[in-house]
Amino acid sequence: MLDLDKQAPVRAPQDRSPASGRSALLATGWARLLLGLLLPAALVLAWQLSTAAGLFSVVQLPPPAMVFEAAVDLLQRGELARHVAISTQRVLLGFAFGAALGLAFGALVGLSKVADVLLAPTIGALRAVPSLAWVPLLILWMKIGEDSKVTLIMIGAFFPVFTTVSLALRHVDKNLVEAGRAFGLKGLKLLTTVQLPAVVPSVFSGLRLALAQAWLFLVAAELIASSMGLGFLLTDSQNNGRTDRLLLAIVLLAVIGKITDAVLGIAEKWAVKRWA
Amino acid sequence: MTAVLSPGHAPARSARPGDAGSAALPVAFQGLRRTFGTGASAHTVLRDVDFEVRAGEVLAILGPSGCGKSTLLRATAGLDTPCAGSVTIGETPVAGIDSRCAVAFQEPRLLPWHTLQANIAIGLPKGTSAREGKAKVARLLELVGLAKFAKHRPREVSGGMAQRASLARALARNPAVLLLDEPFGALDALTRIKMQDLLLDVHRAEPTTVLLVTHDVDEALQLADRIIVLGKEPGREGDGATIIRTVEVPGPRPRDRGSAELARMRSSLLESLGVDGH
Ligand SMILES: Nc1ncnc2c1ncn2[C@@H]1O[C@H](COP(=O)(O)OP(=O)(O)OP(=O)(O)O)[C@@H](O)[C@H]1O
Ligand SMILES: [Mg+2]
Repeated sequence: MLDLDKQAPVRAPQDRSPASGRSALLATGWARLLLGLLLPAALVLAWQLSTAAGLFSVVQLPPPAMVFEAAVDLLQRGELARHVAISTQRVLLGFAFGAALGLAFGALVGLSKVADVLLAPTIGALRAVPSLAWVPLLILWMKIGEDSKVTLIMIGAFFPVFTTVSLALRHVDKNLVEAGRAFGLKGLKLLTTVQLPAVVPSVFSGLRLALAQAWLFLVAAELIASSMGLGFLLTDSQNNGRTDRLLLAIVLLAVIGKITDAVLGIAEKWAVKRWA
Repeated sequence: MTAVLSPGHAPARSARPGDAGSAALPVAFQGLRRTFGTGASAHTVLRDVDFEVRAGEVLAILGPSGCGKSTLLRATAGLDTPCAGSVTIGETPVAGIDSRCAVAFQEPRLLPWHTLQANIAIGLPKGTSAREGKAKVARLLELVGLAKFAKHRPREVSGGMAQRASLARALARNPAVLLLDEPFGALDALTRIKMQDLLLDVHRAEPTTVLLVTHDVDEALQLADRIIVLGKEPGREGDGATIIRTVEVPGPRPRDRGSAELARMRSSLLESLGVDGH
Protein backbone atom coordinates (compact mmCIF):
# COMPACT_ATOMS: atom_id res chain seq x y z
CA MET A 1 0.00 0.00 0.00
CA LEU A 2 1.04 3.55 -0.33
CA ASP A 3 3.22 4.64 2.46
CA LEU A 4 2.89 8.33 2.07
CA ASP A 5 1.75 9.10 5.56
CA LYS A 6 5.19 8.78 6.98
CA GLN A 7 6.85 11.45 4.95
CA ALA A 8 4.19 14.04 5.27
CA PRO A 9 4.53 16.19 8.32
CA VAL A 10 1.32 16.51 10.23
CA ARG A 11 0.44 19.61 12.08
CA ALA A 12 -0.76 19.13 15.61
CA PRO A 13 -4.55 19.28 15.83
CA GLN A 14 -4.36 22.08 18.35
CA ASP A 15 -1.39 24.21 19.19
CA ARG A 16 -0.54 23.19 22.68
CA SER A 17 2.42 25.41 23.20
CA PRO A 18 3.83 25.02 26.68
CA ALA A 19 2.31 27.97 28.44
CA SER A 20 4.23 29.99 30.95
CA GLY A 21 3.03 29.88 34.56
CA ARG A 22 1.09 33.11 34.30
CA SER A 23 -0.72 32.41 31.07
CA ALA A 24 -1.55 28.93 32.35
CA LEU A 25 -3.19 30.50 35.40
CA LEU A 26 -5.10 32.93 33.20
CA ALA A 27 -6.27 30.08 31.02
CA THR A 28 -8.16 28.18 33.70
CA GLY A 29 -11.81 29.11 33.97
CA TRP A 30 -12.04 29.51 37.72
CA ALA A 31 -8.97 31.69 38.01
CA ARG A 32 -10.34 33.94 35.29
CA LEU A 33 -13.70 34.15 36.99
CA LEU A 34 -12.16 35.07 40.33
CA LEU A 35 -9.84 37.65 38.79
CA GLY A 36 -12.75 39.12 36.85
CA LEU A 37 -14.65 39.57 40.11
CA LEU A 38 -11.80 41.56 41.68
CA LEU A 39 -12.83 44.91 40.25
CA PRO A 40 -16.56 44.58 41.10
CA ALA A 41 -15.57 43.61 44.65
CA ALA A 42 -13.32 46.67 44.89
CA LEU A 43 -16.17 48.85 43.63
CA VAL A 44 -18.57 47.51 46.25
CA LEU A 45 -15.93 48.14 48.89
CA ALA A 46 -15.43 51.72 47.75
CA TRP A 47 -19.20 52.16 47.70
CA GLN A 48 -19.46 50.83 51.25
CA LEU A 49 -16.61 53.00 52.51
CA SER A 50 -17.85 56.21 50.90
CA THR A 51 -21.39 55.77 52.21
CA ALA A 52 -20.12 54.85 55.66
CA ALA A 53 -17.99 58.00 55.67
CA GLY A 54 -21.13 60.00 54.93
CA LEU A 55 -19.92 61.40 51.62
CA PHE A 56 -23.40 61.01 50.12
CA SER A 57 -26.91 61.33 51.44
CA VAL A 58 -28.96 58.13 51.57
CA VAL A 59 -31.16 59.42 48.74
CA GLN A 60 -28.13 60.08 46.57
CA LEU A 61 -26.38 56.80 47.25
CA PRO A 62 -27.68 54.32 49.78
CA PRO A 63 -25.14 51.84 51.21
CA PRO A 64 -24.85 48.35 49.71
CA ALA A 65 -26.63 46.81 52.65
CA MET A 66 -29.75 48.85 51.94
CA VAL A 67 -29.77 47.74 48.34
CA PHE A 68 -29.43 44.17 49.52
CA GLU A 69 -32.32 44.65 51.91
CA ALA A 70 -34.41 46.09 49.11
CA ALA A 71 -33.63 42.99 47.10
CA VAL A 72 -34.66 40.69 49.94
CA ASP A 73 -37.81 42.70 50.51
CA LEU A 74 -38.86 42.57 46.85
CA LEU A 75 -37.93 38.93 46.68
CA GLN A 76 -40.14 38.06 49.64
CA ARG A 77 -43.04 39.88 48.09
CA GLY A 78 -42.48 37.89 44.93
CA GLU A 79 -42.02 41.03 42.86
CA LEU A 80 -38.36 40.66 42.10
CA ALA A 81 -38.71 37.28 40.43
CA ARG A 82 -41.60 38.64 38.38
CA HIS A 83 -39.65 41.67 37.18
CA VAL A 84 -36.62 39.60 36.28
CA ALA A 85 -38.62 36.86 34.61
CA ILE A 86 -40.73 39.14 32.45
CA SER A 87 -37.73 41.22 31.36
CA THR A 88 -35.69 38.15 30.51
CA GLN A 89 -38.59 36.65 28.62
CA ARG A 90 -39.05 39.82 26.57
CA VAL A 91 -35.34 39.98 25.76
CA LEU A 92 -35.10 36.35 24.78
CA LEU A 93 -38.21 36.44 22.60
CA GLY A 94 -37.27 39.69 20.91
CA PHE A 95 -33.71 38.50 20.46
CA ALA A 96 -34.78 35.18 18.96
CA PHE A 97 -37.20 36.73 16.46
CA GLY A 98 -34.89 39.61 15.60
CA ALA A 99 -31.85 37.38 15.15
CA ALA A 100 -33.79 34.91 12.99
CA LEU A 101 -35.06 37.70 10.75
CA GLY A 102 -31.59 39.28 10.68
CA LEU A 103 -30.11 35.99 9.60
CA ALA A 104 -32.71 35.47 6.88
CA PHE A 105 -32.51 39.00 5.47
CA GLY A 106 -28.74 39.11 5.92
CA ALA A 107 -28.42 35.90 3.90
CA LEU A 108 -30.73 37.26 1.21
CA VAL A 109 -28.93 40.58 0.85
CA GLY A 110 -25.48 39.04 1.23
CA LEU A 111 -26.05 36.41 -1.44
CA SER A 112 -28.31 38.02 -3.99
CA LYS A 113 -27.29 41.14 -5.85
CA VAL A 114 -30.91 41.80 -6.73
CA ALA A 115 -32.00 41.61 -3.11
CA ASP A 116 -29.08 43.84 -2.17
CA VAL A 117 -30.10 46.54 -4.62
CA LEU A 118 -33.76 46.28 -3.67
CA LEU A 119 -33.55 45.94 0.09
CA ALA A 120 -30.30 47.39 1.38
CA PRO A 121 -31.20 51.10 1.04
CA THR A 122 -34.52 50.64 2.86
CA ILE A 123 -33.02 48.57 5.62
CA GLY A 124 -30.20 51.08 5.97
CA ALA A 125 -32.72 53.91 6.34
CA LEU A 126 -34.75 51.98 8.91
CA ARG A 127 -31.59 51.35 10.89
CA ALA A 128 -30.99 55.09 11.01
CA VAL A 129 -34.25 55.61 12.96
CA PRO A 130 -33.36 55.99 16.67
CA SER A 131 -34.90 53.24 18.76
CA LEU A 132 -37.09 55.50 20.86
CA ALA A 133 -38.77 56.89 17.78
CA TRP A 134 -40.50 53.55 17.29
CA VAL A 135 -42.07 53.48 20.73
CA PRO A 136 -45.09 55.76 20.17
CA LEU A 137 -45.92 54.06 16.90
CA LEU A 138 -45.64 50.58 18.33
CA ILE A 139 -47.83 51.53 21.28
CA LEU A 140 -50.38 53.03 18.93
CA TRP A 141 -50.46 49.91 16.81
CA MET A 142 -50.10 47.19 19.39
CA LYS A 143 -51.19 48.85 22.62
CA ILE A 144 -49.14 48.61 25.79
CA GLY A 145 -48.93 44.84 25.75
CA GLU A 146 -46.14 42.37 25.35
CA ASP A 147 -46.24 42.61 21.57
CA SER A 148 -45.08 46.19 21.39
CA LYS A 149 -42.15 45.54 23.70
CA VAL A 150 -41.04 42.33 22.05
CA THR A 151 -41.31 44.04 18.67
CA LEU A 152 -39.12 46.91 19.77
CA ILE A 153 -36.50 44.49 21.09
CA MET A 154 -36.77 42.54 17.87
CA ILE A 155 -35.99 45.69 15.93
CA GLY A 156 -32.95 46.24 18.13
CA ALA A 157 -31.68 42.69 17.70
CA PHE A 158 -32.31 42.58 13.96
CA PHE A 159 -29.78 45.12 12.74
CA PRO A 160 -26.50 43.84 14.19
CA VAL A 161 -27.22 40.34 12.90
CA PHE A 162 -28.39 41.59 9.54
CA THR A 163 -25.33 43.79 9.04
CA THR A 164 -22.68 41.29 10.10
CA VAL A 165 -24.24 38.38 8.20
CA SER A 166 -24.79 40.27 4.95
CA LEU A 167 -21.26 41.69 5.00
CA ALA A 168 -19.63 38.39 5.93
CA LEU A 169 -21.47 36.47 3.22
CA ARG A 170 -20.18 38.85 0.63
CA HIS A 171 -16.63 38.06 1.66
CA VAL A 172 -16.77 34.29 1.75
CA ASP A 173 -13.75 32.81 -0.03
CA LYS A 174 -14.79 32.79 -3.70
CA ASN A 175 -12.61 29.78 -4.41
CA LEU A 176 -14.47 27.68 -1.87
CA VAL A 177 -17.84 28.71 -3.22
CA GLU A 178 -16.69 27.91 -6.74
CA ALA A 179 -15.44 24.51 -5.61
CA GLY A 180 -18.83 23.85 -4.03
CA ARG A 181 -20.63 24.85 -7.21
CA ALA A 182 -18.27 22.75 -9.32
CA PHE A 183 -19.37 19.72 -7.31
CA GLY A 184 -23.01 20.43 -7.99
CA LEU A 185 -23.97 22.37 -4.86
CA LYS A 186 -26.37 25.23 -5.38
CA GLY A 187 -29.04 27.29 -3.67
CA LEU A 188 -29.91 26.26 -0.15
CA LYS A 189 -27.51 23.33 -0.19
CA LEU A 190 -24.61 25.58 -1.17
CA LEU A 191 -25.67 28.03 1.53
CA THR A 192 -25.71 25.43 4.28
CA THR A 193 -22.63 23.53 3.10
CA VAL A 194 -20.26 26.34 2.24
CA GLN A 195 -21.49 29.85 2.84
CA LEU A 196 -23.12 29.65 6.27
CA PRO A 197 -20.34 27.60 7.89
CA ALA A 198 -17.83 30.09 6.53
CA VAL A 199 -19.60 32.96 8.29
CA VAL A 200 -20.31 31.24 11.59
CA PRO A 201 -17.74 33.31 13.51
CA SER A 202 -19.23 36.55 12.16
CA VAL A 203 -22.74 35.35 12.86
CA PHE A 204 -21.83 34.90 16.49
CA SER A 205 -20.23 38.30 16.85
CA GLY A 206 -23.42 39.69 15.33
CA LEU A 207 -25.53 37.70 17.76
CA ARG A 208 -23.59 39.02 20.74
CA LEU A 209 -24.01 42.59 19.58
CA ALA A 210 -27.69 41.86 19.03
CA LEU A 211 -28.11 40.52 22.54
CA ALA A 212 -26.57 43.67 23.99
CA GLN A 213 -28.92 45.73 21.81
CA ALA A 214 -31.85 43.62 23.00
CA TRP A 215 -31.22 44.58 26.62
CA LEU A 216 -30.81 48.20 25.60
CA PHE A 217 -34.13 48.21 23.78
CA LEU A 218 -35.79 46.35 26.64
CA VAL A 219 -35.08 49.18 29.01
CA ALA A 220 -36.24 51.69 26.42
CA ALA A 221 -39.52 49.80 26.07
CA GLU A 222 -40.08 49.29 29.77
CA LEU A 223 -39.12 52.78 30.81
CA ILE A 224 -41.88 54.26 28.77
CA ALA A 225 -44.80 51.95 29.05
CA SER A 226 -44.98 49.00 31.37
CA SER A 227 -46.19 47.80 34.73
CA MET A 228 -43.60 45.10 35.18
CA GLY A 229 -39.96 44.41 34.43
CA LEU A 230 -36.63 45.88 35.37
CA GLY A 231 -37.20 49.04 33.30
CA PHE A 232 -40.47 49.57 35.13
CA LEU A 233 -38.62 49.05 38.43
CA LEU A 234 -36.26 51.84 37.37
CA THR A 235 -38.97 54.45 36.64
CA ASP A 236 -41.14 53.37 39.53
CA SER A 237 -38.24 53.68 41.97
CA GLN A 238 -37.30 57.04 40.54
CA ASN A 239 -40.85 58.31 41.06
CA ASN A 240 -40.90 57.07 44.64
CA GLY A 241 -37.40 58.20 45.50
CA ARG A 242 -36.29 54.62 46.14
CA THR A 243 -32.67 54.93 45.13
CA ASP A 244 -31.95 51.53 46.70
CA ARG A 245 -34.35 49.80 44.30
CA LEU A 246 -33.03 51.87 41.45
CA LEU A 247 -29.51 50.69 42.12
CA LEU A 248 -30.80 47.17 42.53
CA ALA A 249 -32.36 47.29 39.06
CA ILE A 250 -29.10 48.54 37.57
CA VAL A 251 -27.06 45.83 39.25
CA LEU A 252 -29.53 43.20 38.08
CA LEU A 253 -29.40 44.47 34.50
CA ALA A 254 -25.62 44.30 34.62
CA VAL A 255 -25.54 40.80 36.09
CA ILE A 256 -28.25 39.23 33.93
CA GLY A 257 -26.94 40.92 30.80
CA LYS A 258 -23.49 39.58 31.54
CA ILE A 259 -24.78 36.08 32.19
CA THR A 260 -26.73 35.89 28.92
CA ASP A 261 -23.70 37.21 27.06
CA ALA A 262 -21.46 34.64 28.73
CA VAL A 263 -23.78 31.82 27.72
CA LEU A 264 -23.73 33.04 24.14
CA GLY A 265 -19.95 33.39 24.42
CA ILE A 266 -19.64 29.73 25.33
CA ALA A 267 -21.78 28.76 22.35
CA GLU A 268 -19.61 31.00 20.17
CA LYS A 269 -16.41 29.38 21.38
CA TRP A 270 -17.79 25.97 20.60
CA ALA A 271 -19.06 27.02 17.19
CA VAL A 272 -15.84 28.74 16.17
CA LYS A 273 -13.87 25.67 17.14
CA ARG A 274 -16.26 23.49 15.19
CA TRP A 275 -16.63 25.63 12.08
CA ALA A 276 -13.56 27.79 11.67
CA MET B 1 1.61 0.11 -6.78
CA THR B 2 -0.63 -2.16 -8.82
CA ALA B 3 -1.50 -3.73 -5.50
CA VAL B 4 -3.94 -0.93 -4.96
CA LEU B 5 -6.02 -2.33 -7.75
CA SER B 6 -6.32 -5.79 -6.29
CA PRO B 7 -9.96 -6.88 -5.98
CA GLY B 8 -10.36 -5.67 -2.42
CA HIS B 9 -9.20 -2.25 -3.42
CA ALA B 10 -11.17 -1.44 -6.49
CA PRO B 11 -10.36 2.10 -7.55
CA ALA B 12 -12.64 5.07 -7.61
CA ARG B 13 -15.04 3.92 -10.22
CA SER B 14 -16.39 0.49 -9.69
CA ALA B 15 -17.01 -1.09 -13.06
CA ARG B 16 -20.64 -1.66 -12.19
CA PRO B 17 -22.85 -1.00 -15.19
CA GLY B 18 -25.16 1.93 -14.77
CA ASP B 19 -22.71 3.86 -12.65
CA ALA B 20 -23.70 7.45 -13.38
CA GLY B 21 -21.55 9.29 -15.87
CA SER B 22 -18.82 6.72 -15.95
CA ALA B 23 -18.41 6.46 -19.73
CA ALA B 24 -15.53 8.61 -20.98
CA LEU B 25 -16.63 11.38 -23.34
CA PRO B 26 -14.75 13.39 -25.96
CA VAL B 27 -14.25 17.11 -25.41
CA ALA B 28 -14.20 19.52 -28.34
CA PHE B 29 -13.04 23.13 -28.23
CA GLN B 30 -14.28 25.24 -31.13
CA GLY B 31 -12.88 28.71 -31.73
CA LEU B 32 -12.65 29.30 -28.02
CA ARG B 33 -11.75 32.80 -26.96
CA ARG B 34 -11.63 34.44 -23.56
CA THR B 35 -11.04 38.12 -22.94
CA PHE B 36 -11.03 39.64 -19.48
CA GLY B 37 -12.07 43.23 -18.90
CA THR B 38 -13.60 45.62 -21.38
CA GLY B 39 -12.52 48.71 -23.29
CA ALA B 40 -8.98 49.87 -22.76
CA SER B 41 -8.29 47.32 -20.04
CA ALA B 42 -9.48 44.39 -22.18
CA HIS B 43 -6.96 41.65 -22.21
CA THR B 44 -7.29 38.51 -24.27
CA VAL B 45 -6.01 35.40 -22.55
CA LEU B 46 -7.07 32.65 -24.93
CA ARG B 47 -7.96 32.84 -28.60
CA ASP B 48 -8.80 30.44 -31.41
CA VAL B 49 -8.52 27.30 -29.35
CA ASP B 50 -9.62 24.49 -31.65
CA PHE B 51 -9.02 21.00 -30.45
CA GLU B 52 -10.66 17.66 -30.00
CA VAL B 53 -9.81 15.55 -26.97
CA ARG B 54 -10.63 11.91 -27.63
CA ALA B 55 -12.81 9.96 -25.28
CA GLY B 56 -10.68 8.22 -22.67
CA GLU B 57 -7.52 10.02 -23.64
CA VAL B 58 -5.08 11.63 -21.21
CA LEU B 59 -4.26 15.08 -22.53
CA ALA B 60 -1.52 17.11 -20.91
CA ILE B 61 -1.68 20.90 -21.20
CA LEU B 62 1.63 22.70 -20.97
CA GLY B 63 2.31 26.41 -21.10
CA PRO B 64 3.99 29.25 -19.29
CA SER B 65 2.45 30.67 -16.14
CA GLY B 66 -0.48 32.95 -16.85
CA CYS B 67 -1.08 31.68 -20.38
CA GLY B 68 -4.61 30.53 -19.61
CA LYS B 69 -4.35 26.85 -18.69
CA SER B 70 -6.64 27.17 -15.69
CA THR B 71 -8.96 29.36 -17.75
CA LEU B 72 -9.27 26.57 -20.31
CA LEU B 73 -10.15 24.03 -17.62
CA ARG B 74 -12.66 26.41 -16.07
CA ALA B 75 -14.35 26.84 -19.43
CA THR B 76 -14.53 23.05 -19.79
CA ALA B 77 -16.15 22.65 -16.38
CA GLY B 78 -18.61 25.43 -17.15
CA LEU B 79 -17.27 27.56 -14.32
CA ASP B 80 -16.35 30.23 -16.84
CA THR B 81 -18.05 31.25 -20.05
CA PRO B 82 -15.92 31.86 -23.13
CA CYS B 83 -16.41 35.14 -25.02
CA ALA B 84 -16.58 33.28 -28.30
CA GLY B 85 -16.56 29.68 -29.42
CA SER B 86 -17.72 26.72 -27.42
CA VAL B 87 -16.79 23.63 -25.51
CA THR B 88 -18.69 20.45 -26.29
CA ILE B 89 -18.59 17.36 -24.15
CA GLY B 90 -19.89 14.33 -25.96
CA GLU B 91 -22.80 15.61 -28.00
CA THR B 92 -23.91 18.49 -25.81
CA PRO B 93 -22.25 21.87 -25.48
CA VAL B 94 -21.19 23.02 -22.03
CA ALA B 95 -23.64 25.60 -20.67
CA GLY B 96 -23.25 26.34 -17.01
CA ILE B 97 -21.65 24.05 -14.49
CA ASP B 98 -21.32 20.65 -16.06
CA SER B 99 -22.00 17.63 -13.91
CA ARG B 100 -20.07 15.39 -16.28
CA CYS B 101 -16.82 17.04 -15.19
CA ALA B 102 -14.93 16.85 -11.94
CA VAL B 103 -12.20 19.34 -11.11
CA ALA B 104 -9.16 19.10 -8.90
CA PHE B 105 -8.31 22.78 -8.61
CA GLN B 106 -4.84 24.25 -8.59
CA GLU B 107 -5.34 24.92 -4.86
CA PRO B 108 -6.87 22.15 -2.72
CA ARG B 109 -9.99 24.25 -1.90
CA LEU B 110 -11.13 21.94 0.89
CA LEU B 111 -13.78 23.10 3.33
CA PRO B 112 -11.81 23.91 6.49
CA TRP B 113 -14.63 22.89 8.85
CA HIS B 114 -14.98 19.41 7.40
CA THR B 115 -12.72 16.41 7.88
CA LEU B 116 -10.84 15.11 4.84
CA GLN B 117 -13.39 12.31 4.72
CA ALA B 118 -16.34 14.69 4.58
CA ASN B 119 -14.55 16.82 2.01
CA ILE B 120 -14.04 13.87 -0.28
CA ALA B 121 -17.69 12.88 0.17
CA ILE B 122 -18.67 16.21 -1.39
CA GLY B 123 -17.35 14.84 -4.66
CA LEU B 124 -19.73 11.87 -4.67
CA PRO B 125 -22.23 12.01 -7.51
CA LYS B 126 -25.83 12.85 -6.70
CA GLY B 127 -27.91 9.89 -5.67
CA THR B 128 -25.09 7.89 -4.10
CA SER B 129 -26.49 5.97 -1.16
CA ALA B 130 -24.94 6.67 2.24
CA ARG B 131 -23.50 3.19 2.56
CA GLU B 132 -22.08 3.14 -0.93
CA GLY B 133 -20.66 6.63 -0.48
CA LYS B 134 -18.98 5.75 2.76
CA ALA B 135 -17.29 2.72 1.26
CA LYS B 136 -16.15 4.70 -1.74
CA VAL B 137 -14.68 7.49 0.35
CA ALA B 138 -12.84 4.96 2.49
CA ARG B 139 -11.46 3.34 -0.66
CA LEU B 140 -10.32 6.66 -2.06
CA LEU B 141 -8.68 7.67 1.21
CA GLU B 142 -6.77 4.42 1.11
CA LEU B 143 -5.89 4.98 -2.53
CA VAL B 144 -4.33 8.40 -1.97
CA GLY B 145 -2.63 7.25 1.22
CA LEU B 146 -4.73 9.28 3.63
CA ALA B 147 -6.63 6.52 5.41
CA LYS B 148 -5.06 7.44 8.73
CA PHE B 149 -6.05 11.06 8.29
CA ALA B 150 -9.70 10.53 7.44
CA LYS B 151 -10.84 12.43 10.53
CA HIS B 152 -8.31 15.25 10.27
CA ARG B 153 -9.26 18.77 9.24
CA PRO B 154 -7.51 20.27 6.20
CA ARG B 155 -5.48 22.65 8.34
CA GLU B 156 -4.15 19.74 10.33
CA VAL B 157 -2.49 18.14 7.32
CA SER B 158 0.29 19.23 4.98
CA GLY B 159 -0.30 21.02 1.68
CA GLY B 160 0.57 17.90 -0.29
CA MET B 161 -1.89 15.83 1.71
CA ALA B 162 -4.60 18.41 1.15
CA GLN B 163 -3.87 18.25 -2.56
CA ARG B 164 -4.26 14.48 -2.54
CA ALA B 165 -7.58 14.85 -0.73
CA SER B 166 -8.65 17.27 -3.42
CA LEU B 167 -7.70 14.70 -6.08
CA ALA B 168 -9.70 12.07 -4.22
CA ARG B 169 -12.71 14.39 -4.13
CA ALA B 170 -12.57 14.72 -7.91
CA LEU B 171 -12.17 10.97 -8.36
CA ALA B 172 -15.19 10.36 -6.13
CA ARG B 173 -17.36 11.88 -8.81
CA ASN B 174 -16.92 9.15 -11.44
CA PRO B 175 -16.58 11.89 -14.01
CA ALA B 176 -16.75 11.43 -17.73
CA VAL B 177 -14.15 14.18 -17.91
CA LEU B 178 -11.55 14.63 -15.19
CA LEU B 179 -9.97 18.08 -15.04
CA LEU B 180 -6.72 18.21 -13.09
CA ASP B 181 -5.02 21.55 -12.57
CA GLU B 182 -1.45 20.85 -11.51
CA PRO B 183 -2.65 18.14 -9.16
CA PHE B 184 0.83 17.07 -8.14
CA GLY B 185 2.38 20.50 -7.82
CA ALA B 186 2.77 20.51 -4.05
CA LEU B 187 4.15 16.99 -3.74
CA ASP B 188 7.69 15.86 -3.10
CA ALA B 189 9.38 13.88 -5.88
CA LEU B 190 8.61 10.44 -4.46
CA THR B 191 4.97 11.12 -3.59
CA ARG B 192 4.54 12.75 -6.95
CA ILE B 193 5.65 9.60 -8.76
CA LYS B 194 3.35 7.50 -6.58
CA MET B 195 0.42 9.76 -7.35
CA GLN B 196 1.18 9.72 -11.06
CA ASP B 197 1.15 5.94 -10.95
CA LEU B 198 -2.09 6.06 -9.02
CA LEU B 199 -3.67 8.23 -11.69
CA LEU B 200 -2.58 5.82 -14.40
CA ASP B 201 -3.95 2.87 -12.43
CA VAL B 202 -7.29 4.54 -11.95
CA HIS B 203 -7.35 5.50 -15.60
CA ARG B 204 -6.48 2.02 -16.76
CA ALA B 205 -9.13 0.40 -14.60
CA GLU B 206 -11.84 2.82 -15.69
CA PRO B 207 -10.90 5.00 -18.60
CA THR B 208 -12.07 8.56 -18.36
CA THR B 209 -11.06 11.58 -20.38
CA VAL B 210 -8.36 13.42 -18.46
CA LEU B 211 -7.25 17.00 -19.04
CA LEU B 212 -4.12 17.46 -17.00
CA VAL B 213 -2.52 20.87 -16.61
CA THR B 214 1.09 20.68 -15.60
CA HIS B 215 4.29 22.67 -15.50
CA ASP B 216 6.34 19.56 -15.64
CA VAL B 217 7.34 18.33 -19.10
CA ASP B 218 8.46 14.96 -17.75
CA GLU B 219 5.14 14.47 -16.05
CA ALA B 220 3.36 15.21 -19.32
CA LEU B 221 5.57 12.73 -21.17
CA GLN B 222 4.94 10.03 -18.59
CA LEU B 223 1.19 10.40 -18.28
CA ALA B 224 -0.24 11.76 -21.50
CA ASP B 225 -1.35 10.25 -24.77
CA ARG B 226 -1.04 13.69 -26.28
CA ILE B 227 0.39 16.99 -25.15
CA ILE B 228 -0.74 20.46 -26.20
CA VAL B 229 1.37 23.52 -25.58
CA LEU B 230 -0.41 26.81 -25.01
CA GLY B 231 1.48 29.99 -25.83
CA LYS B 232 1.66 33.12 -27.93
CA GLU B 233 2.25 32.67 -31.61
CA PRO B 234 5.43 34.37 -32.85
CA GLY B 235 4.50 37.68 -34.40
CA ARG B 236 1.17 37.81 -32.52
CA GLU B 237 2.51 38.44 -29.04
CA GLY B 238 -0.16 41.06 -28.41
CA ASP B 239 -2.96 38.51 -28.74
CA GLY B 240 -3.95 35.79 -26.35
CA ALA B 241 -2.40 32.36 -26.16
CA THR B 242 -3.51 29.52 -28.36
CA ILE B 243 -2.39 25.96 -29.05
CA ILE B 244 1.06 26.37 -30.56
CA ARG B 245 1.95 22.73 -30.60
CA THR B 246 0.38 19.29 -30.39
CA VAL B 247 2.51 16.27 -29.66
CA GLU B 248 1.52 12.62 -29.78
CA VAL B 249 3.50 10.73 -27.15
CA PRO B 250 4.51 7.29 -28.43
CA GLY B 251 4.55 4.08 -26.48
CA PRO B 252 2.32 2.44 -23.91
CA ARG B 253 2.50 3.46 -20.27
CA PRO B 254 4.38 3.10 -18.00
CA ARG B 255 7.13 4.55 -20.13
CA ASP B 256 10.81 4.18 -19.57
CA ARG B 257 11.89 7.39 -17.90
CA GLY B 258 15.33 7.04 -19.47
CA SER B 259 14.29 6.48 -23.09
CA ALA B 260 16.22 8.46 -25.69
CA GLU B 261 13.12 9.26 -27.70
CA LEU B 262 11.39 10.80 -24.70
CA ALA B 263 14.54 12.77 -23.95
CA ARG B 264 14.46 14.24 -27.46
CA MET B 265 10.79 15.14 -27.10
CA ARG B 266 11.53 16.63 -23.75
CA SER B 267 14.10 19.09 -25.00
CA SER B 268 11.97 19.96 -28.00
CA LEU B 269 8.98 20.68 -25.73
CA LEU B 270 11.15 22.75 -23.43
CA GLU B 271 12.17 24.74 -26.45
CA SER B 272 8.52 25.39 -27.28
CA LEU B 273 8.10 26.65 -23.76
CA GLY B 274 10.97 29.05 -24.26
CA VAL B 275 13.48 27.13 -22.20
CA ASP B 276 16.73 26.54 -24.04
CA GLY B 277 17.43 22.85 -24.57
CA HIS B 278 20.79 21.59 -23.40
N1 LIG C 1 -11.36 36.48 -13.25
C1 LIG C 1 -10.35 37.04 -13.92
N2 LIG C 1 -10.34 38.36 -14.16
C2 LIG C 1 -9.34 38.94 -14.84
N3 LIG C 1 -8.28 38.28 -15.32
C3 LIG C 1 -8.23 36.96 -15.11
C4 LIG C 1 -9.26 36.27 -14.40
N4 LIG C 1 -8.94 34.96 -14.36
C5 LIG C 1 -7.77 34.84 -15.01
N5 LIG C 1 -7.33 36.03 -15.46
C6 LIG C 1 -6.13 36.27 -16.23
O1 LIG C 1 -6.02 35.27 -17.20
C7 LIG C 1 -4.68 34.91 -17.36
C8 LIG C 1 -4.54 33.43 -17.34
O2 LIG C 1 -4.88 32.94 -16.07
P1 LIG C 1 -4.83 31.39 -15.74
O3 LIG C 1 -5.13 31.23 -14.31
O4 LIG C 1 -5.67 30.66 -16.71
O5 LIG C 1 -3.30 31.07 -16.03
P2 LIG C 1 -2.53 29.69 -15.89
O6 LIG C 1 -2.03 29.33 -17.24
O7 LIG C 1 -3.36 28.70 -15.19
O8 LIG C 1 -1.30 30.11 -15.00
P3 LIG C 1 -0.54 29.30 -13.85
O9 LIG C 1 0.31 28.30 -14.55
O10 LIG C 1 0.27 30.31 -13.17
O11 LIG C 1 -1.59 28.66 -12.99
C9 LIG C 1 -3.86 35.64 -16.32
O12 LIG C 1 -3.19 36.70 -16.91
C10 LIG C 1 -4.90 36.16 -15.37
O13 LIG C 1 -4.51 37.41 -14.89
MG1 LIG D 1 -3.36 27.87 -13.36
